[in-house]
Amino acid sequence: MTMLSRVAENIYWMARYIERAENTARLVNVNGNLLLDLPRHVRLGWEPLLDISGSREHFAELYHEPDERSVVRFMVSNQNNPGSILSSLNQARENARTIRDIIPREAWEQINELYLRARGEANRVLSRSGRFEYLRHVILGAQTITGLLAGTMNHDEGYDFLRMGRNLERADMTTRIIDVRSATLLSETHEDLTPFENIQWVGVLKSLTGYQMYRRTARIRVRRPDVLRFLFQESVFPRSVAHATGEVEACLAHLPRNEKPLRTVGTLRRKVQRVRPAGLEQAQLHDFIDDLQAGLARVHNSIAATYF
Amino acid sequence: MTIRWGSYKVKGIYDELIRAAGRPRPESKSLADYLRGLSDREIEEYKAAAELAIHVMGITFTVYTEEDGAIDRAWPFDIIPRIIAKSEWDQVEAGLKQRVRALNLFIDDLYHEQRIVKDGVFPAELLKDSKNFRPQCMGIDPPNGIWAHICGSDLVRDRDGQFYVLEDNLRVPSGVSYMLENRQVMKRVFPELFGQYSIRPVDDYPSQLYDMLASLAPRDVAQPEIVVLTPGVFNSAYFEHAYLAQQMGAELVEGSDLVVGRDDCVYMRTIEGLSRVDVIYRRIDDLFLDPEVFEPDSLLGVPGLMRAWKAGNVALANAPGAGVADDKVVYAFVPRIIEYYLDEQPLLPNVPTYKCIDKADRDYVIANLDKLVVKPANESGGYGMLIGPQATNSERETFARLIRRDPRNYVAQPMLTLSTSPTLVGNRVEPRHLDLRPFILSKGLGGDRDISVTTGGLTRVALRKGSTVVNSSQGGGSKDTWIVDGEGGA
Repeated sequence: MTMLSRVAENIYWMARYIERAENTARLVNVNGNLLLDLPRHVRLGWEPLLDISGSREHFAELYHEPDERSVVRFMVSNQNNPGSILSSLNQARENARTIRDIIPREAWEQINELYLRARGEANRVLSRSGRFEYLRHVILGAQTITGLLAGTMNHDEGYDFLRMGRNLERADMTTRIIDVRSATLLSETHEDLTPFENIQWVGVLKSLTGYQMYRRTARIRVRRPDVLRFLFQESVFPRSVAHATGEVEACLAHLPRNEKPLRTVGTLRRKVQRVRPAGLEQAQLHDFIDDLQAGLARVHNSIAATYF
Repeated sequence: MTIRWGSYKVKGIYDELIRAAGRPRPESKSLADYLRGLSDREIEEYKAAAELAIHVMGITFTVYTEEDGAIDRAWPFDIIPRIIAKSEWDQVEAGLKQRVRALNLFIDDLYHEQRIVKDGVFPAELLKDSKNFRPQCMGIDPPNGIWAHICGSDLVRDRDGQFYVLEDNLRVPSGVSYMLENRQVMKRVFPELFGQYSIRPVDDYPSQLYDMLASLAPRDVAQPEIVVLTPGVFNSAYFEHAYLAQQMGAELVEGSDLVVGRDDCVYMRTIEGLSRVDVIYRRIDDLFLDPEVFEPDSLLGVPGLMRAWKAGNVALANAPGAGVADDKVVYAFVPRIIEYYLDEQPLLPNVPTYKCIDKADRDYVIANLDKLVVKPANESGGYGMLIGPQATNSERETFARLIRRDPRNYVAQPMLTLSTSPTLVGNRVEPRHLDLRPFILSKGLGGDRDISVTTGGLTRVALRKGSTVVNSSQGGGSKDTWIVDGEGGA
């Protein structure tokens, strides 16, 4: 069956928004845990989340202080923040609604339910214990949707657009987390990690649910160059930039008229694989990440121009 | 024990389930016994389960308000089904088939020779003033001579229990998805009741709709490309458009997804480029279909669509212009239309209708506004009506003026006492008025098998006490409709 351009676009964005909601939930959750582990004088509080999501200015229009309560509200439940979990789930639902004839019914029901529940219980995030449960529910709900789609949707072109949306969003979030965390939280010491810096890198891995997998593949202490290599290049870790771009490439390979987008994503993937993270000082790392984000935007534009 | 049939009031009214206080109709007995055995807590649980199912399934309809724009509301649903015996339903079904066959012959005649006008059976001036007659359709031969492929006819019972046709919806009738979903909800909530009854299934409709649409395809291909054309996600019936497309495995498209090529064929924009479309189940009103022919500012439609249709390169269901028979003045002529084309007596009666265009009828209507229901010819959804017995004097005077100014646009009917059915109000049952909208699919004018009727239809219920307005936009809800074999509980 042929696929409407509009439908392909809706599937793609649905997947991006679900992924965004999940990543944001992970981010808020891990930040809360990290703060509990750090001594008072090195706590950087909640502001870094605003930089990661690129919404510092928008936040300032709505709130006075970047305190815990305001940032959490802004990131989780504020519908005026287009990047909040609730806005993302709402966008995912609106996209899903227009393609209800394409996605399996159970997946639509799950998306619908996840949004309604997230909206209904949004006030729970204001207490720390309620927040953990709430965010866990969002993460599990998003994973359930991903699983339902993997297990029940035809693995046809529509599924390729779904995976492309998810993986581009994922790669984008991974680069943002590395960028902001390494710039604002972490000192430049490579060899001589203090226990707290170590904790911070563990926090980076945990925001991407990568700690355990890092341990399995790296089997070494948590160190900056190894963490960077893992998050940029580890082909078997599903949230690494290399893996995510590889997935996009594999999806494009099934699609018609794929020459241009394949070229764009191929260039990006090679760039990621060639870099030597150990040699990147902070400023270079930042430039490199800027480069990657521009590359991800080019891949998106090329997909949109070809298919949507 | 919380539901007591002994105190349920049915006096002077036909009730669908209860014949007289404490005495259910034979086919309803098992249901009545079952309900009587439920505790308050069980009723609460069933209601909550139904609400949850509706919520989770995302069954919604869209309501517009000035403040918030379009809002999705959960579909109001009553868990007590309405039951109709199969033997009675068979007669209704035969009447509906007869009616729709005659209506299709009538529409086809109007766009060709207009024999019915020449023979003096149908007045020419009615045609001239009809809002839904489309001169652009004159001389066109849609496949198999069918114009109204999908018809939704509203049926009511009066106090004598007789079914009457209240109106025929031949443009873009909606509601069938709710009929299908209501059954899904009931199966989730009351699986044990389905074991006690032999309930005719309803879920065949999407495949019948698909077969009918496929039979219209202009190209001789194994799998014709069928699409459902929706005005978009903000239309109040969008849920249904998406639902039907999904159930048929058809593509759900918006106007901007389609394009008419230089070859006068219709194509859709896909990730592979343009792809040919054979059949369009359009859920957009005539006037928005094609800005080249109708409303020039319409963004919902497809420029050139009428050209492609006239050239026979694409089929449209329903055909443009089918709405000419969807007019409350034309309605009054349906019994004569049936006799004229089929030479048969109508099996299903019309509600007696006074046509204000006739002087004698008009005088009677104006003199008896306090007893009659007055309806404008071309409104739907219960808008623009006068319910005489409940209206104020000044409202009646306003209508008298409206009728004198534009008599062709009004008909009047005696106030029927619509039947009721037990409906949950809190944890008690109370009678509430209802109607029934079956859907009729036509793929040809030939034998019985060319036309199919849904098993039952969508029962709409006025949830407000005493109200007879069943539209979901005005406080209506719905019930599952069971066509049952034999006497329940057997």
